[in-house]
Amino acid sequence: MTSDPNEHRTLSGVPVESLYTPDGLAAADFDAERDLGKPGEFPFTRGAYPTMYRGRLWTRRQIAGFGTARATNERYRFLLAHGQTGLSTDFDHPTLTGYDSDHELAEGEVGRLGVAIDTAADMGELFDGIPLDQASVSLTINHPAIVLLAMFLHTAERRGTPWAALRGTVQNDSLKEFHGQKTFALPPAPALKLTTDVVEFCTEHVPNWYTISISGYHTREAGSDAVQELAFTIAQGMAYVESAQRRGLHVDAFAPRLSHFFGVHNDFFEEIAKFRAARRMWARLMRDRYGATRAESMRMRFHTQTLGSTLVRQDPLNNILRGGLQALAAVLGGTQSLHVSGYDEAYDIPSEEAMRISLATQMILAEESGVAATPDPLGGSAYLETLTNRLEEAAMAYIERIDGMGNGSMLDGVLEAVGNGYIESEIAQASYRYQQRVESGDYTIVGVNDEYRDEAASAGSLELFEFDYAEEERQIERLVTSRQGRSESDAARCLREIGKTARADGNLMPSILSAVAEGVTEGEIMGALREEWGEYVDPGVF
Amino acid sequence: MVSSGQDARTNPPRVLLAKLGLDGHDRGVKVIARALRDAGMEVVYLGMRVTADQVAAAAAQEDVDVVGISILSGAHMRLMPRMVDALERHGLRGERGADDVMLLVGGTIPDGDVDDLREMGIDGVFPVGTFTGEMVQFINESLGR
Repeated sequence: MTSDPNEHRTLSGVPVESLYTPDGLAAADFDAERDLGKPGEFPFTRGAYPTMYRGRLWTRRQIAGFGTARATNERYRFLLAHGQTGLSTDFDHPTLTGYDSDHELAEGEVGRLGVAIDTAADMGELFDGIPLDQASVSLTINHPAIVLLAMFLHTAERRGTPWAALRGTVQNDSLKEFHGQKTFALPPAPALKLTTDVVEFCTEHVPNWYTISISGYHTREAGSDAVQELAFTIAQGMAYVESAQRRGLHVDAFAPRLSHFFGVHNDFFEEIAKFRAARRMWARLMRDRYGATRAESMRMRFHTQTLGSTLVRQDPLNNILRGGLQALAAVLGGTQSLHVSGYDEAYDIPSEEAMRISLATQMILAEESGVAATPDPLGGSAYLETLTNRLEEAAMAYIERIDGMGNGSMLDGVLEAVGNGYIESEIAQASYRYQQRVESGDYTIVGVNDEYRDEAASAGSLELFEFDYAEEERQIERLVTSRQGRSESDAARCLREIGKTARADGNLMPSILSAVAEGVTEGEIMGALREEWGEYVDPGVF
Repeated sequence: MVSSGQDARTNPPRVLLAKLGLDGHDRGVKVIARALRDAGMEVVYLGMRVTADQVAAAAAQEDVDVVGISILSGAHMRLMPRMVDALERHGLRGERGADDVMLLVGGTIPDGDVDDLREMGIDGVFPVGTFTGEMVQFINESLGR
């Protein structure tokens, strides 16, 4: 992108000056009281909480999931035994897209990149021996979020754990599926309806549950830059807020249970600035646009994952350092929980050893480096504050454009920007620009496009994860047995009820809860909803 | 379909790209689609969640020289044999020898699988991180362009 060797830009294209000084910051109308405030106070630029990591360290939450529920349950126990403090569930593609393990399109993907969950019984096995009122659990599922959450709530009920005691998160970010994760099942409007059903139901019945993890991570993995990640994530969040408000919910009733999820890339200061800008933007929008009055409604809390797409095949051990620097940026940006991607993930899902190193990376930052000793230690830096402002301005420009597409409604604007391909096309362009910068050598990645390039890149002696394809057969067998053991007439009645509720535009959670209790599968429930609402077909914008 | 003679050297390569199965990781295939197009090729992106049969049918209909499959779900060892088989059933590979449609695969592919895929009859295997320039060169050279 840059041809002048004396010109420097961040990865998302923000110009970087040769020197930043406090005087320059003051001249740029920087007002510490207005723009920073104190940690834990509006506009939360310096952190979500007053004491930050002095009060409580970030949660070490490595996502995991593969094979059957049994196999993943074992990985959970391994992670908990090696320093993990929260759980996060990766579901396989069939589960993410709402198909049962025996569906034609599921072949080869059952349990491959995540755990296969077809029934409430699978969910029970996934958390076998793990106390649900103590572990903070994150379910990374979107269009079928309502179904998987119903299975989780059913599991809690069967174990006698009150729903009010559950503290966890369901990702439930349906809109980013169309340009980020691409594991959609339904068209945008009904998918948003289901997201809002979860918000509405939990606000009343599962009060400590985080109802949406508004996600930029996947948008970034899809190739966006930091500005776009910031803009589209906040825009999605605004659409969810407006959707819940249209249901008649008060913003202070549900907003405290919204959380966020970002990726973290290589450009160290730009990433820290992104997190700080995100908190400030969210706080201002929640207060000034949506009329929030509780601090809890304005306080952005977020999870961060180091970006898998920054991991390279050449000299894979170098990825440990990349993950460490990215994790440090997330911590200096004030993340509430963190996943460090495995250094071997350019080859396959991470091995146990890779996850042990990821956890150790987090512990070294927490215990050895001293960076957790005081909130926002870089706050006030002329460079960082300037970058924070620049990122906020650039992201707000996107938000205003999308707002305009909805004539002042972000809900309508985001649906329009998804529907007309605007968001996807912006991301595709950024993704292509980045690739061109890498291929031209304009942006150096060590071992990839410099003189140290290893032409015969290989995993060398790494012991990679070995997937056991017998897991697929085991899961299908389990599913078939489970269908045989239930009442078909009850299952059919539940599915009819779901269809009826969908047609009447009622909240679907109660009927889905009844269905999973009768052994109705995820694919059957999502199939019933597809029948009502149709299926989303990706327009293939490139 | 690779025609012989002058045409083969002057006509731009026609490439069909698609993602098999339920895998949603489409960043790479879209970057490749654009890079191949910018390199002067005619690109048809069939999209995601398609079956091997749908790809083969489209390849026959679009009369392409190259079929490129992107898989980052780890399911390549299960899905690529289906792809080879589907192209054969549609008469695009096997009997035709040198006129075979070229079949490529890219994605999260461990080293150990690369040779197995080549033995399966895949003409080119491109793990994540492969530069688009390498792919352009591979296609052009293989087609004698």
